[in-house]
Amino acid sequence: MADKLHFSLVSPERELFSGLVDQVDAPGSEGDFGVLAGHAPFMTALKEGPVTVHNDGQVTVYQVRGGFADVTPDGFTVLAEHAIEAV
Amino acid sequence: MASLKEMRNRIGSVKATQKITKALQMVAAAKLRRSQDAAQNARPYAERMAAVIANLAAGVSGEGAPRLLVGTGSDQRHLIVVASSDRGLAGGFNSSIVRAARERISRLLTEGKDVRVLTLGRKARDQLKRLDRSVGAFEVGGSPSLAVAEEVSVKIRELFEAGDVDVVTLYFSKFKSVISQTPTAVQLIPAQVEASAAPIDLKGAVYEYEPDEETILEELLPRNITTQIFSAMLENQAGFYASQMTAMDNATRNAGEMISALTLKYNRSRQAQITKELIEIISGAEAL
Repeated sequence: MADKLHFSLVSPERELFSGLVDQVDAPGSEGDFGVLAGHAPFMTALKEGPVTVHNDGQVTVYQVRGGFADVTPDGFTVLAEHAIEAV
Repeated sequence: MASLKEMRNRIGSVKATQKITKALQMVAAAKLRRSQDAAQNARPYAERMAAVIANLAAGVSGEGAPRLLVGTGSDQRHLIVVASSDRGLAGGFNSSIVRAARERISRLLTEGKDVRVLTLGRKARDQLKRLDRSVGAFEVGGSPSLAVAEEVSVKIRELFEAGDVDVVTLYFSKFKSVISQTPTAVQLIPAQVEASAAPIDLKGAVYEYEPDEETILEELLPRNITTQIFSAMLENQAGFYASQMTAMDNATRNAGEMISALTLKYNRSRQAQITKELIEIISGAEAL
C-alpha cells in the first residue's frame, strides 16, 4: 500500500484507536462507506453498526452507536457516543 | 485545670481524628490519579467536537441556523448551571465554585436580568438553596457518568425549547494542577465557537455533508452540551480529590501538632503532681 490514512476513534470516555491504517469502513446514516487515504472532505452522522479498520491485512471491528464521522485531508475521525471493540 | 484523665481522653480523641483524616487523604490521593486519567482520556473527544462545530458553524448562519447555536436573540433570562461535588471535606473546593456563580448571579440581578439556577451536585444545591431560584437539582452520584450528564443536558434543552431561558452558563472548577483549581464559566447556549479551534485546511476541496449541514449541527449541538457537562464533571472530580487531599494533609498535620502540644502539657502536669506528692510525703516524714 502506498498511502496510509490517519484514523482515530474517540468516545466521550476515552480514545479507542488512533494511528495509521489502510482502510476504514463505517455505517453512515445515508449508507455504509469506506475511506481510503486521500478521501474528499466529508462529514456524516453514523447509525448503529460496525466500524471496520483494515491495516496490513488485519481487521479490527468496533461496534459504534450514535456518532459522527469527519473526513478531512488530515485524516478520518469518528466521534462515537458509545463505542466498543467487538470480539 | 483539666484532670489527667480528661487530658488522656482528649489526646485519644485527637489521635482518632488524625487516623481518619490520614485515611481520607490516602484514599483521595489514590482516587485522584484515576480521575486525572479519566479527565485526560475524555479530552480528545471534547476537542474534536469543538473543532467540528467550529468548522460547521463557520458555514451556517442567518435564518436557518439552529437556535442552540445562535440563541434566541435575547439575553434577558439566564440559567446558571452550577456543578459541584456531592461530598465535602475538600477545603474551599465547592465554596469557590459557588462563590463565582453567586457573583455572576448578583451581577445579572443588578442588571435587571431574570436568573434561574440548576445545580449538579449536592453541595451546590445546599449552598444555593437560600437563593430560592432553583429549577432543578441533580446529584453526581459516585464517579462522573455520561448518563447523568445527559439528564442534565436534556433538562437544559427542555427549558430552552420551552422558551424559559435565553442564555445558559455552566460553572465548574477547572483542574489546572494538584494545587490549583480555578472556578470557570462556560457558556453552553448560545454555543460558544472556539476561535482558537482553527478551521481545518481543506486544501481547496469542498466539504460534503450527509444529509446536510443543518441536520448534522442540530444533532451535534445537543451532544456538545452533554459533552461539556460531562467534561466539567470529570474536571470537578479530579479537582475535588486534589483539593480533598490537600485539605486532609493539612488536617493531619494540625492534628499531629495538637497531639504533641497536648502530650507535653499532659506530661508536665503529671510530673507536677508527682513532685507535689513527693513534697507532701517528705514534709510529712520530717514532721514526725
